[in-house]
Amino acid sequence: MRRTADVIVIGGGIHGCSTALHLAMRGLRPLVVEKDYAGRHASGVNAGGVRQLARHLAEVPLSVASMELWERIDDLLGDDCAFESHGQVLVAENEAELDQFRARVTDLRLRGYAHEELIDRAELKRLVPAVSDACPGGIVSRRDGAADPFRTTQAFRRKAVALGATVLEGVSITGLQRRAGIWHLSSSAGPFEAPVVVNAAGAWADRIAASLGEPVPLEVMALMLMITNRVPRFIAPVVILRGRKLSFKQLANGTVLIGGGHQGRSDRDANITEIDWHKLAESARTVWELFPAMHRAFIVRAWAGIEARMPDDIPVIGPSATAEGVYHQFGFCGHGFQLGPGLGALMAELIATGRTNLPIDPFSIARFAPVRAPRPPA
Amino acid sequence: MSAGANTYDVAVVGAGPAGLAAAAITAGADLTTLLLDENPTPGGQIYRAVTTTPLKEQSLLGEDYWAGAALVAETKASGAEIVQGATVWSLDATRELAASWAGTSRFIKVRRVILATGALERPFPIPGWTLPGVMTAGALQTLLKCSGLVPAGRLVLAGTGPLLWLLAAQLLRAGVRIVALLDTAPSANYLRALPHVPTFAVSRYLTKGVALRREVAQHVEVVRGVTRLRAEGQGALASIAFKAGPDERRLAADVLALHQGVVPNVNLAMAAGIAHRWHPVQLCWVPVLDAMGNSGIDGIAIAGDGAGIGGALAAEAQGRLAGLAAVAAVAPERLARLPDRQLLEQALARSMRGRAFLDQLFAPPRWSRLPEGDTIVCRCEEVTAAQLLEAVGMGAMGPNQAKAFLRCGMGPCQGRLCGLTVTELISNTRGVAPAEVGHFRLRPPVKPITLAELAAMAHTQRAVAAVVRE
Repeated sequence: MRRTADVIVIGGGIHGCSTALHLAMRGLRPLVVEKDYAGRHASGVNAGGVRQLARHLAEVPLSVASMELWERIDDLLGDDCAFESHGQVLVAENEAELDQFRARVTDLRLRGYAHEELIDRAELKRLVPAVSDACPGGIVSRRDGAADPFRTTQAFRRKAVALGATVLEGVSITGLQRRAGIWHLSSSAGPFEAPVVVNAAGAWADRIAASLGEPVPLEVMALMLMITNRVPRFIAPVVILRGRKLSFKQLANGTVLIGGGHQGRSDRDANITEIDWHKLAESARTVWELFPAMHRAFIVRAWAGIEARMPDDIPVIGPSATAEGVYHQFGFCGHGFQLGPGLGALMAELIATGRTNLPIDPFSIARFAPVRAPRPPA
Repeated sequence: MSAGANTYDVAVVGAGPAGLAAAAITAGADLTTLLLDENPTPGGQIYRAVTTTPLKEQSLLGEDYWAGAALVAETKASGAEIVQGATVWSLDATRELAASWAGTSRFIKVRRVILATGALERPFPIPGWTLPGVMTAGALQTLLKCSGLVPAGRLVLAGTGPLLWLLAAQLLRAGVRIVALLDTAPSANYLRALPHVPTFAVSRYLTKGVALRREVAQHVEVVRGVTRLRAEGQGALASIAFKAGPDERRLAADVLALHQGVVPNVNLAMAAGIAHRWHPVQLCWVPVLDAMGNSGIDGIAIAGDGAGIGGALAAEAQGRLAGLAAVAAVAPERLARLPDRQLLEQALARSMRGRAFLDQLFAPPRWSRLPEGDTIVCRCEEVTAAQLLEAVGMGAMGPNQAKAFLRCGMGPCQGRLCGLTVTELISNTRGVAPAEVGHFRLRPPVKPITLAELAAMAHTQRAVAAVVRE
């Protein structure tokens, strides 16, 4: 078993695997250590949305950069990851919402971003004929789409391994110590060492951070999804709502995936999530009201994945504030899948060159540092 | 039925022998008892349609079948609220069930749950098993019991297990001609069963089994030691090819009934989070339970074949014991007027006698559990054995990765028809025990529900919330 590496990546989700791939592309030898198997949690079981639409302003540049990798994902990985680009549409349920959307699109334009486009009732109806007539318009991001999340994570992993990365599954990291410029990691499978460590441990990343003396207020979430039987093709873009929680898309095989942010119960130590049907019933109600075509569909399965959420709803990205040679990449709050390809490239650039052109200051872990009382004047 | 209430002392899921007996005990002790059953009439599989079958000639289905009528009558008289046509699609550790009947779903909160979800036929994945004309022995028996229907055309039965022989006898009594019974039990089974002969010899199975085999063998060509069974045909079954000893044979056929034993129907129990273990002899998952049938989740017990295959009489005794445990937990002062626990335990032990012999004698061979090449494993998503093995080669270490790689087990049956095959194939390929490979991670809804009825549940919740706010 390999015990040393140039970089140890903790966590085999899409972020860990993407970072490992991009490190390997730069000629480094990364080692990914995953406690379960690659894509076991949020990365493998999310809704697969590849979305620039409606992102936090701080995330927009990263999302736009990642989109460029998505559009040539087959060249990058030798697997198309079932990525299809039929756009994503944020539907306004009333005029007040549409006014808010108009203001957002104008604001994005002023900042130089043109991917979000305001649409009226007619264009909405053209893009999403099945939507209820009551909706006055929305925003479309035409290059957005969806991919198969587990397949994507596995494709990153496979390509990383093909280029020289090692992926160890079923191995948990139990401790980190730095001696003479080298990080010594203890694990359920013995010691490992490397000068650089990436914390991409998802819903378990706070434990790594805390052991480095920088605790973060990470909340464990379990976003629920449900899926229908196969129904005739009736909708191409991914549809999302703002007011009521909903994301809605029909997959290539005809099944319809319904999600949108309702949380189930979870126990991250036992790898268990439990469905809250009272909340999923609300999602079903929303679908029933907005999409008459769905009235006869069947719900075949439901599930939830364990994910990390930060209080400000944006991730932690960048170097540790306390530990030299450690980089964080976690806390994606349920919208990290699309960022995976781009952030892997960004992290590899940061590790290899010490800098990146993309603005990552808003994601610094230092934002959670406890405020220290000012020292009394001497 | 009223079913106005949404809280009960006890919910029993399944109205086969275990569920009927459990509900009779708890309702008999005046616990409010809701018995939910998926079929139009009570009886489960073994006593299916015992109150409504058009086959009134008692010798046709046999006395073991008609014994169910008394149990149904007992439960109906007990005061249990019995709902037929009800699908329980969710159960959680707080003992909240979600169930659908009459086009509506509702949540039901109870103090004790007794799962009596019975058994399923083990998958029998041979080449051509998805062709029209190929069905399971259980399905043929369902048609016989419910509607008095028998197959037309040339009929062949193949596989192993008591049900196969019983069905053959019942069909013969109904005047059906059976071309052949292809026995796939390996001859080594007889040696393995040998140590269990003494208990089998004093069990009720001995005389019944011998008589049944004799009855069938008198009228049907029984081919022993059958291997390499294939169903053939373009668009529908036309012939059956197999090997018997050194000979390759082919029989023209219109209907092939396959059967290689039954296994616990574990989907609801697994989705509820109950721990299961691999049974190395019965070759299936069984829930981890104590002597009274209690699972590791407080207040949820399992009785009957869903707890491990034991047959109808064992199921009835287990059901009564689980009922007693529920009464002991909710209203122990009422135990005095109920049947004695020790007598029930003795009855259970008696009815389990001979089971170990049957398990060995009828054990399905490896070749009919471990398909190869283009043979379909997952019928819903049409995943083949070769695809599954390829996924294992790409790093799918267990059923859940196979699911993510191939959609295997993701269809409407939720892995009921492929789960065991997937576990055993991965186990065999990786050279590790089935227990290490595990089963599909199952979640509610364990059976599909309509979006409309789920949406209607939200409506009801809102109406309740609105009233509460006022």
